Amino acid sequence: MTSMELHVEGIGLWSPRLGDFAALRALLAGEAPAASDAPIAALLPANERRRAPGSVRLAVEVAGQALGMGGYDPTALACVFASAHGDQSITDEICATLARAPTELSPTRFHHSVHNASAGYWTIATGCRAPSSAMCAGAHTFGAALLEAATQALAEQRPVLLVCSDTAGSGPLLEMTGCGSAFGCALLLTPEAGANALARLRLRMADDCPAPTPAPAALRDEAAGNPCAAALPLLALLATRGGVCRVGCATAMDLLVDVEVAD
Amino acid sequence: MTTPTIPLAISASTVSSALGRGLAAQLAALRQGRTGLRRNDFGSAPQLGWIGRVDGVEAVALPPALADWDCRNNRLAWLGLQQDGFLDRVHDARQRHGARRVALLLGTSTASIGATEEAYRRLDAAGRFPTDLRQPALHAPHSLGAFVAAALALQGPCLTISTACSSSAKVFASAARMIALGLADAAVVGGVDSLCDNVLFGFNALELISPDACRPFDANRDGISLGEAAGFTLLERIDTAPHAPRLLGYGEASDAWHMSSPHPDGHGAELALDAALARAGIHASQVDYLNLHGTASRANDAMEAALVARRFPATTRVSSTKGCTGHTLGAAGIVEATIALQAIEHGFVPGNVGVATPDPACSAQFAWQGEERRVDVALSNSFGFGGNNACLVFGRAP
Repeated sequence: MTSMELHVEGIGLWSPRLGDFAALRALLAGEAPAASDAPIAALLPANERRRAPGSVRLAVEVAGQALGMGGYDPTALACVFASAHGDQSITDEICATLARAPTELSPTRFHHSVHNASAGYWTIATGCRAPSSAMCAGAHTFGAALLEAATQALAEQRPVLLVCSDTAGSGPLLEMTGCGSAFGCALLLTPEAGANALARLRLRMADDCPAPTPAPAALRDEAAGNPCAAALPLLALLATRGGVCRVGCATAMDLLVDVEVAD
Repeated sequence: MTTPTIPLAISASTVSSALGRGLAAQLAALRQGRTGLRRNDFGSAPQLGWIGRVDGVEAVALPPALADWDCRNNRLAWLGLQQDGFLDRVHDARQRHGARRVALLLGTSTASIGATEEAYRRLDAAGRFPTDLRQPALHAPHSLGAFVAAALALQGPCLTISTACSSSAKVFASAARMIALGLADAAVVGGVDSLCDNVLFGFNALELISPDACRPFDANRDGISLGEAAGFTLLERIDTAPHAPRLLGYGEASDAWHMSSPHPDGHGAELALDAALARAGIHASQVDYLNLHGTASRANDAMEAALVARRFPATTRVSSTKGCTGHTLGAAGIVEATIALQAIEHGFVPGNVGVATPDPACSAQFAWQGEERRVDVALSNSFGFGGNNACLVFGRAP
């Protein structure tokens, strides 16, 4: 198999101390980060923003950041929303309600609990009628989603917005997910380099899976326990001078990602 | 945007639902026009409507090496994998291509949330999950994909798609793209959804559950009946299985309309249909059978009946089979894909079971009774919450 070549035309990022990709760049350049504001999800209409669960606000925030850099029309932009756990707070609430008084389950809580809630809110808010997807792959969610989005971009020759995010868990479920900190990122991937190309990626499936590339020391504690933080080594390369990293995409399979940052 | 899909061979398939275990049970029930629905006898509140329950899931024992994955959804997955010689067919494909060259793409909406619900009902004195349910991988939406990857010893790309009721249709699209780019030589695709309080009480809260067995496209339809199912197919390049039926195309599109109701004009559904036909390189007039999403909700069926009327000639036969299986949510795509494939293989159009008074909005294309007729091209519609639409095109090998 030859390598898959594609381009990055937008990058979104949010963690409790990094509000966007520029903040990551600054951090890696040695500047002390300020705590970031809660995800705004500015693309959502105000009433939807109030109603939307935290997982949707995080996903829409980073998706909106990446979209803003790329200059693509969101109504025709395919999107892949990945999350290892979905909205853990809602799962916790729903399971607690079902155990206590199942008929009191709120219809809004229920439709917010579907794994594609973020994709739904996003497509409604942006008028997107292109294909949208929602997926997961456990600890390998970011790598599998990168592979899925890259595959769609290349096989169908269209830009694809990849969004990968998990919020902090709560309640008894948290002990199982171990995800106590929010993290989200988004990459706008295109098959051809456009005017706003930030980097070129070459993806290749590795024949082995020794260990994924660790994040740089400055990011070691960033979103510990959050499966989407597996994107950090790649994001760090995008924020600096490029290079090669290894990202797990399945139990016995890694993606080798070669990042060449545009001048 | 719609580069042609290389046709792929469906070299093996299997399905288990309320109609029984395996393809033969499904075909027999469809030919008889028999429903698998029963009064709800599941979970904490048996009063909620009718359900399509798979018999015997409770008695399924996972092999000891897979015991940590034990829950209703994975038992149903394991039950499903045992039918129609499917395990052997995957084993052969693994031998032929190598474990790393067989992708696994599964759809689910429930995954094993039923096990998480149970843990919350049985929290210990410290408010923690009971020890027997402290299996982190079980309480994640990828539980299905990870379990089946372990059960089939596959080591290729693996992911779980969860776009509600289109989940196990969209896996065909992802698999076709992966094989087209050479990331895999074959793919196991499918889906499993199982009954649990979350969906029963969730759809009840949305007031979408019919008190009786669902009646898709009936003038007096009043909601859905939930079901559960497991289904799988093996996709390979056509030179591997030149006589097998084929995946000719797929289409995906979003409504951009509402989280829990479809676009009334069926705009996203029609975009998915157009993309599927374009990839397959055919016109609507060449479609012999269309398996409808047909949930028996007021909104879906009105939208879909109008879509059929404006896009297909009377020679295209259409029906919903959810009156037989119930709405199996994340598994609906794969269940109905196997029905479309059986229509081609057996020259049979299933009837739209459950209807007493056809909705006058339904045009001449509707097959209210089963029909024996040759089917060369069969489509399957799957539409999910959040306006997530998929359409698949299957065809006979030339």
